Amino acid sequence: MNELTTKSALELAAGLKAGEFSSVEVTQAHLDRIHATEADFGSFITVTDDLALETAKAVDAKRSASEDVHALAGVPVALKDLIVTEGVATTAASKMLENWVPPYESTVHNKVKAAGLPVLGKTNLDEFAMGSTTEHSAFGTTRNPWNLEHVPGGSSGGAAAALAGFQAPLSVGTDTGGSVRQPAAFTGTVGVKPTYGSISRFGIIAMASSLDQVGPMGRSVADAAALHELLAGHDPLDSTSLPDPVAGFVSAAQTSDLKGKKLGVIKQLRGEGYQDGVRDAFSAALDVAAAAGAEIVEVDCPSISYALDAYYLLMPSEVSSNLARYDGMRYGLRVEPESGPVTAETVMSATRAAGFGAEVKRRIILGTYALSAGYYDAYYGSAQKIRTLVQNDFAKAFESCDVLVSPTAPTTALKFGAEAASDPMALYLGDVATIPANLAGIPGLSLPAGLSDGLPVGFQILAPAREDVKMYEVAGPLEAALEASGSRVLDTLAEGLTTK
Amino acid sequence: MKYEDAIKKYDPVIGIEVHVELGTATKMFDAAPNTFGGGPNTNITPTSLGLPGSLPVVNEKGVEYAIKIGLALGCEIAETCRFARKNYFYPDVPKDFQTSQSDEPIAAEGSVEVELEDGTMFTIPVERAHMEEDAGKNTHIGGATGRIHGADHSLVDYNRAGVTLVEIVTHPITGTGERAAEVASTYVRTLRDIFRALDVSEARMEQGNVRADVNVSLRESPDAPLGTRTETKNVNSFRSIERAVRYEIARQATRLEAGETIVQETRHFHEGTGETSSGRPKSDADDYRYFPEPDLVPLVPSREWVEELRATLPELPAQKRRRLAGVWGFSDLEMRDIVNAGLLEAIEETVNAGAKPAAARKWWTGEVARLANQKDQPTAELVTPAQVAALIGLINDGKLNDKLAKDVLTAVADGEGEPAEVMSARNLEIVEDTGALEAAVDEAIAANPDVVEKIKGGKMQAIGALMGPIMKATRGQADAGKAKDLILAKING
Amino acid sequence: MLGQPHIGPFRTGPAKRLDLLTSKQTDERQGMTESSAITPEQVEHLASLSRIAMGEDELKSLAGDLSTILSNVARVNEVAGDDVPATSHPIALSNVLRPDVVGETLTSEQALASAPASADDKFLVPQILGEE
Repeated sequence: MNELTTKSALELAAGLKAGEFSSVEVTQAHLDRIHATEADFGSFITVTDDLALETAKAVDAKRSASEDVHALAGVPVALKDLIVTEGVATTAASKMLENWVPPYESTVHNKVKAAGLPVLGKTNLDEFAMGSTTEHSAFGTTRNPWNLEHVPGGSSGGAAAALAGFQAPLSVGTDTGGSVRQPAAFTGTVGVKPTYGSISRFGIIAMASSLDQVGPMGRSVADAAALHELLAGHDPLDSTSLPDPVAGFVSAAQTSDLKGKKLGVIKQLRGEGYQDGVRDAFSAALDVAAAAGAEIVEVDCPSISYALDAYYLLMPSEVSSNLARYDGMRYGLRVEPESGPVTAETVMSATRAAGFGAEVKRRIILGTYALSAGYYDAYYGSAQKIRTLVQNDFAKAFESCDVLVSPTAPTTALKFGAEAASDPMALYLGDVATIPANLAGIPGLSLPAGLSDGLPVGFQILAPAREDVKMYEVAGPLEAALEASGSRVLDTLAEGLTTK
Repeated sequence: MKYEDAIKKYDPVIGIEVHVELGTATKMFDAAPNTFGGGPNTNITPTSLGLPGSLPVVNEKGVEYAIKIGLALGCEIAETCRFARKNYFYPDVPKDFQTSQSDEPIAAEGSVEVELEDGTMFTIPVERAHMEEDAGKNTHIGGATGRIHGADHSLVDYNRAGVTLVEIVTHPITGTGERAAEVASTYVRTLRDIFRALDVSEARMEQGNVRADVNVSLRESPDAPLGTRTETKNVNSFRSIERAVRYEIARQATRLEAGETIVQETRHFHEGTGETSSGRPKSDADDYRYFPEPDLVPLVPSREWVEELRATLPELPAQKRRRLAGVWGFSDLEMRDIVNAGLLEAIEETVNAGAKPAAARKWWTGEVARLANQKDQPTAELVTPAQVAALIGLINDGKLNDKLAKDVLTAVADGEGEPAEVMSARNLEIVEDTGALEAAVDEAIAANPDVVEKIKGGKMQAIGALMGPIMKATRGQADAGKAKDLILAKING
Repeated sequence: MLGQPHIGPFRTGPAKRLDLLTSKQTDERQGMTESSAITPEQVEHLASLSRIAMGEDELKSLAGDLSTILSNVARVNEVAGDDVPATSHPIALSNVLRPDVVGETLTSEQALASAPASADDKFLVPQILGEE
């Protein structure tokens, strides 16, 4: 494995700045790695060699000409294939959009382009970001680099696998109920779900609008923080975009101290239903934090018990409306009915039957039900009230601590097919720890806490809304303390991969 | 059953939904231009096409116009309100939901006063005015009739998709009795005038800027509960609205008379026949699954903003009529004649240019209207208010009398110039030369001794008999007042 | 106006009940917790509302899934009382408005490039039945 692919994004940025290597070299090394490993990992739906190298060349030329460039210029990045890229197929991992080439640009890709980050390709996901395993992609399976028999998590499974498989130093995912944090946990990487509105959703194919948020991902807290700084900021094209200035996330991650930091362990998120190995790794990480001077307190967030229920009403409701537009009239797939009259209505129905996978249909039907006249108050209305209660619980909890912590997911990465065996609700339970942050709009981050049976365990940190910096102030020094107390989780994997 | 008979037997209740397309520069939720014409699918952005990943942002001007309309209708402006998604599948609705407002309209509970042809005032209760977006336009291709049924396929142009609409919904309008149809069309006409006065829309019915859906139901008596209603969609001229209401009342009454029930349904109006035909029955499928639009944040119009907008409201047509009637001292009948003749603005401007209201009214409704009629031209194209005011000024200055002024006016209308220029050029000014006038007066006195006797006897109106010969001798240029003074001076002196 | 009839001027808000969907006549605030079994017929109606053609097997299996999910989440109804406000947006922003200025537009070529069918610079769609 080329050593350029094992470097962190900030290391690459420093090397590029110092002229130790060129962006073309860095980009080519990652493209080579992708082509060498894709048969195993399947992280990407589309690899954009030419586009990436073109950007790399341009950045190298600017650097040679001593022009000002962004700190991350020349560092490659992978984009989840839910992010619109003008002129590059954007599929949402759905047959519905198999051949869709967007005629416009997302704000995220605009920022990435403007900063000169070569885009390696579009990563795999569960169809329209609905799923926790990336098994629901219409375009192939993504495998967990830690163990190819295990899923990488989801829905940003390709984004996480690309990081863990050293195919990309940075990834952009999206997180509606844990879709960045859970795959980060399953792959031993760092995934951030910023405060709702921190990063523009313009050009992000919508799943559930009031929950969706773009998530920067990397192999270290500082890398993810650097990507977050690049992507964040007000966007007049997104009405829910925050007007807040972007704080110094990287410096918060690099220069903070755990001394005196109060970490609130959420009582409702550490017991029942968690694998022993997950609980152990989480407790061990808490011990490391305490040893580094953090104060550990337990906090009670009773409404969190209902968060999952509320989520599985609100999310499908918004999904049912957001995905209505895929009707075969204007773009994407169009399928005519096998029999009977060919009308707009029958073509819509046939198209949606053929274009959507089972999980997407399940959520659309569920959401249609929840919004129906007669059920709105009981379901959608009540779920919105729970949203208020969860926000209130968090607000109260943050009065007594700086951040809240929990395991990111109750389990480590599942084996393929485990999902099919269980009923839908059992699977949904996997999101129990990540969903509350989306409901409340607060920021959350997952970093590796250690290993359990050779698979990574994620440690989740939640901060108050619009105070993402507080999350980095704990995540940075905690990551350092964990690495000092043992080995860096990803180094284990890197060693394993290099010996292959 | 005929309308006239139906209305004797049943009490009609009507309800009207009016959609007006606002004249903002851009659409409601994206920066695509809101212009009429242009090539198909050119006035669009990713948002107006509903592309994956696109997002809406509210047009401030659209909100401003909606608030103005709400204020003009006497509505309360919501302290806070949200947009909602109305979910239904249709090819011309790009997102397969319409961004609208459901239970949180920006304006609620107002009223509109309408004045019927004979001056009867009627108050229409307004339930709400809310913002929503328009759909694209389908062209139906193939099929024998050109209508949708039987069409092979449709072509869709999304240029209109996303254009701001304000929908104004009335409460049930009761108590109209036989005037239901007239009330309906006059209400929509009144709204049209208000939109124009507010300058929020061109409000051209023929371009579909203003569209009306008309609900009609009948009941046995005003005390009876509301009957089943039908909704006739997209009735797009004042005359059609009146015809559609008349037709529906007659049709429903006929059914009720025959012991049949009314089906709650939408109906289509046919311009050619003046009839309505069955559209689609209301059904369970009309489940729009409204929920708050998560991509748009709540609107909280500050009270300061609302008051600022209220202060900019122009005087509305009805208010203006009332005010001017008071200021000018005109009777209701006089005002109605002016309004119906479309002369209100002209007279107002003439008064503003210095003329007395009575004189302005007399000239516009009299000689100008007569000339316009004669030439088959609109009054506004004949003369300007400033010219009429100037003409009246010349009369007041004693330079013209009514007869001469009519000649001047005709010449002005023929494009010969301003009144003063025409008067000089044609040498129409009243004769100031006392010598010539005296000669004429002397001649008239000498020739009509019997008349002189009558005047001496105190019959002052007999002076009129001397005026004819005097005017004749002076070719009409004599000042009647001066002539009269001279006559009296000579006879009594 | 948009091709579908609205509830007219006599409306008081969205209709509050759709009996077709209730397998059991119960009060909205109770009843869904114990038995909220969804029938394949109900799923068929929902599938028609969401324009997804479905076969018998799919309807049956979805009816089972929905019943399971709903019996789990139905308790949301019991948690929050009338005094708890609903949260529709996670972060409270308001009055995000855009100046009325024309921006960049797509060309008809761009718009139609991904269209399944087009003619005369317009999107060609199958015949539309039943409505104007």
